[in-house]
Amino acid sequence: MATSETSNIKRLQVRRFKPEENPKSTYLTEETGIWAWMTTVDHKKIGLMYLASILFFFFVGGTLALLLRTELLTPAQSFITADTYNQIFTLHGAIMVFFFLVPSVPAALGNFVLPLQLGCKDVAFPRVNLLSYYIYVIGAVFTLIAIFTGGVDTGWTFYTPYSATTGGNVMMMTLGVFILGFSSILTGVNFIVTIHRLRSPGQTWNKISLFLWSLYATSIIQILATPVLAITLLLLTMERALHIGIFDPALGGDPVLYQHFFWFYSHPAVYIMIVPGFGIVSEIISTFSRKHIFGYWAIALSSLAIAFIGFLVWGHHMFTAGQSSLANMVFSFLTFLVGIPTGIKIFNWVATMYKGSIDMKTPMLYIMAFLFLFMIGGFTGIMLGSLAVDIHLHDTYYVVAHFHYVMMGGMVMAFLGGLHYWWPKMFGKMYNEFWARIACVVIFIGFNLTFLPQFVMGSMGMPRRYFNYLEQFQGYHQASTYGSYILGIGFLIIAAYLLHSLLRGKKAPPNPWGSRAMEWQTSSPPSLHNYEHTPVVINGPYDYHKPMSEFQLGIEGSHNGHGEHQHTETKTVEADK
Amino acid sequence: MLPPANSTFAAETDALFNFINVVSLILLIGITVTMIYFAIKYRRKSEDDTTPLITHNSKLEITWSVIPLILVMIVFGWGYNGYLTKTNAPDNAYEIRAIAKSWLWEFHYQTGHVSVNELHVPANRPVKMIISSDDVLHSFYIPEFRVKMDAVPNRYTSVWFEAIEPGEAILYCAEYCGSAHSNMLADVVIHSQEDFETWLETGDAIDDDLSPVELGEQLVQRQGCLACHSTDGSTLQGPTFQGIFGRDRLLTDGSTVTVDENYIRQSIIEPNTQVAEGFAPIMPTYAGSLNDRQIDAIIEYLKTLD
Repeated sequence: MATSETSNIKRLQVRRFKPEENPKSTYLTEETGIWAWMTTVDHKKIGLMYLASILFFFFVGGTLALLLRTELLTPAQSFITADTYNQIFTLHGAIMVFFFLVPSVPAALGNFVLPLQLGCKDVAFPRVNLLSYYIYVIGAVFTLIAIFTGGVDTGWTFYTPYSATTGGNVMMMTLGVFILGFSSILTGVNFIVTIHRLRSPGQTWNKISLFLWSLYATSIIQILATPVLAITLLLLTMERALHIGIFDPALGGDPVLYQHFFWFYSHPAVYIMIVPGFGIVSEIISTFSRKHIFGYWAIALSSLAIAFIGFLVWGHHMFTAGQSSLANMVFSFLTFLVGIPTGIKIFNWVATMYKGSIDMKTPMLYIMAFLFLFMIGGFTGIMLGSLAVDIHLHDTYYVVAHFHYVMMGGMVMAFLGGLHYWWPKMFGKMYNEFWARIACVVIFIGFNLTFLPQFVMGSMGMPRRYFNYLEQFQGYHQASTYGSYILGIGFLIIAAYLLHSLLRGKKAPPNPWGSRAMEWQTSSPPSLHNYEHTPVVINGPYDYHKPMSEFQLGIEGSHNGHGEHQHTETKTVEADK
Repeated sequence: MLPPANSTFAAETDALFNFINVVSLILLIGITVTMIYFAIKYRRKSEDDTTPLITHNSKLEITWSVIPLILVMIVFGWGYNGYLTKTNAPDNAYEIRAIAKSWLWEFHYQTGHVSVNELHVPANRPVKMIISSDDVLHSFYIPEFRVKMDAVPNRYTSVWFEAIEPGEAILYCAEYCGSAHSNMLADVVIHSQEDFETWLETGDAIDDDLSPVELGEQLVQRQGCLACHSTDGSTLQGPTFQGIFGRDRLLTDGSTVTVDENYIRQSIIEPNTQVAEGFAPIMPTYAGSLNDRQIDAIIEYLKTLD
């Protein structure tokens, strides 16, 4: 290496490629027809198929939530029985977690954006990408079968021994989630390899976007944690089907062991759900402040830190489960440590806005909502991490409110921000800005009205998963239910104007937000192979002090520079200005 | 936001709860106001706005890492300290066994007394609960004492508290356990020391004054039967008691029995041997917690429910 230093330097002839304003051929106009879509290996189409699927499940899960809230208007039974209620809250949780939150950003938005941000034609394994989508579909089919053949009433956590003894079709459901896990693993592998191998010439690790860093951290968790869930659910199925005693005390098993196994996956899974959201926040906050992100490495590395420490805190779900005081102390301590990198991110994001040029468009509005709601989610997480207080709050509505603030106030807000941010890129259409802002405000109000009262109820001692409740809680439950209706209206508004945008929307320019990030330097929507040239990167994605022309450089030719050229790393790139 | 505090260590928990709330609120408001201030002050004035290049600032990064670190370490230490108080019961604690069954709580006292869905404890004396479960997971939760502990089958867990004032509180099941999870509540009766002694001595003896039907009605309430069996004809997890006596009943094995004294007695002692059609074999046994006189009283009461 040292002797042949000069031979590693390759001079590239680059020129500027302005993105086409009115592309004749896009990925949406090529390879059309149902069969072409179903067998496509194009990451953008697969991303859209994921998007349609997760939005379907979000709709189903959301409708179930409204049913639950409606039942809870009165302390006693009003229109569904206790058993139906138990099945509905189980499905609401399982669908939202496994079929919406986990795949939402990585599989839907990530699939679409990741290769665009790397300047490559597709992910490293396009066919594996399609396979992972179909595995997701098969998992979903199993779950739907479970719902229509007896239902499941175990809660999304499937705690033993209840899940080993109750009726319904628990086996079908856990198999569905088991299968789904492989989809998650394959996506993770695909993303890691793609980020390692398919970066554009000149795109070193400090020039990839923070969204890619967050997907990278997420993929690591997906690969390491999901197999544990798969094994746990398989053991649970074996116990139910073959009566092998693993978790059921009646068969000589240990129910607390199940909780350890389950949370060993499911706590890191919380980070699978939220870390990609952090990536979106970084992208949007920089773009709409038109300013370099503050603390690039602090944000990038804190994602990795969260990914790793996140593996060591699962026991904080079991402070009252009867584990030892020593275990409780260690888990509590580590829980607080994982809060620090999260705090660092928040400070860096706010600092990014300092002296920026802030445009309060819809995506930015969602990110402001995200920051506010996610902070509440984080602070209440500190509350729950504290042992003495958690003993009181564990398994109450306080916990319910806390994770909804993180998952919905955090993750869903980031997802909506990302959806609005990349919508013009995905479909080449703009949406109605006025209605989009209205919807954002409606959702923000509805969300707080739904979940703030739950903090109060939980502190007062209202346990979760209760079908009946004492009259003293009725006022809070009613406020929460009305809030959920407002929330529902907010989502209907979004559905309406996005549909309108698809059919009648104004044409979107290639870069409506004036972003420096790479995915905006191609046409909207992109062509079938993303770029008609090989992009060459000389600046980071947040270098707003550099002129736009420096972000549109590339090498002529249909070959995009990957493959055999990949090994001749470009140490210096001569920009043809 | 918190319920009334009625245990010796509740105050410490509440102080920590308030501390975290206040600090969080200060940070939340501070950061939110900064955010909104930036959004207004630095709003985009024209499309040609340029922004300064500020990439990072190590001093700031360290400041906003270390200050939260110190804060959370305070919260950690405080919380762990409070937790140790909650886990280490004093040696002189009065021990009561709590057995969770789907869906009732059974309490066994040192005198041999058994109460169902009614926990009697003395004030100003440490009480240690030894908790276990007969079937699935449950959780022993008394908000006013700020205590919670899961009931795990095949394992004993424990929790202790010392109530300050005589009065009443509610015990909830906090771990999801199926259909009647939300009905699995128990009344906590906190006596003064003398009253508690009296209650232990007399306990069920008070019932001697009642007629069998009255006693049966009381028992059906106190023993948690009504969580699953209605008296008004509606179907809950178990068959209704209304008009049950003397009726023919189809069982899950296909046979039919007449509901008479023997069937009711059998259903109380060994509930899952003759299960009515359409219901699951989920009722816990009352063998050992109800004596013959009490079972007689329940039978007499059921006869009156036409």
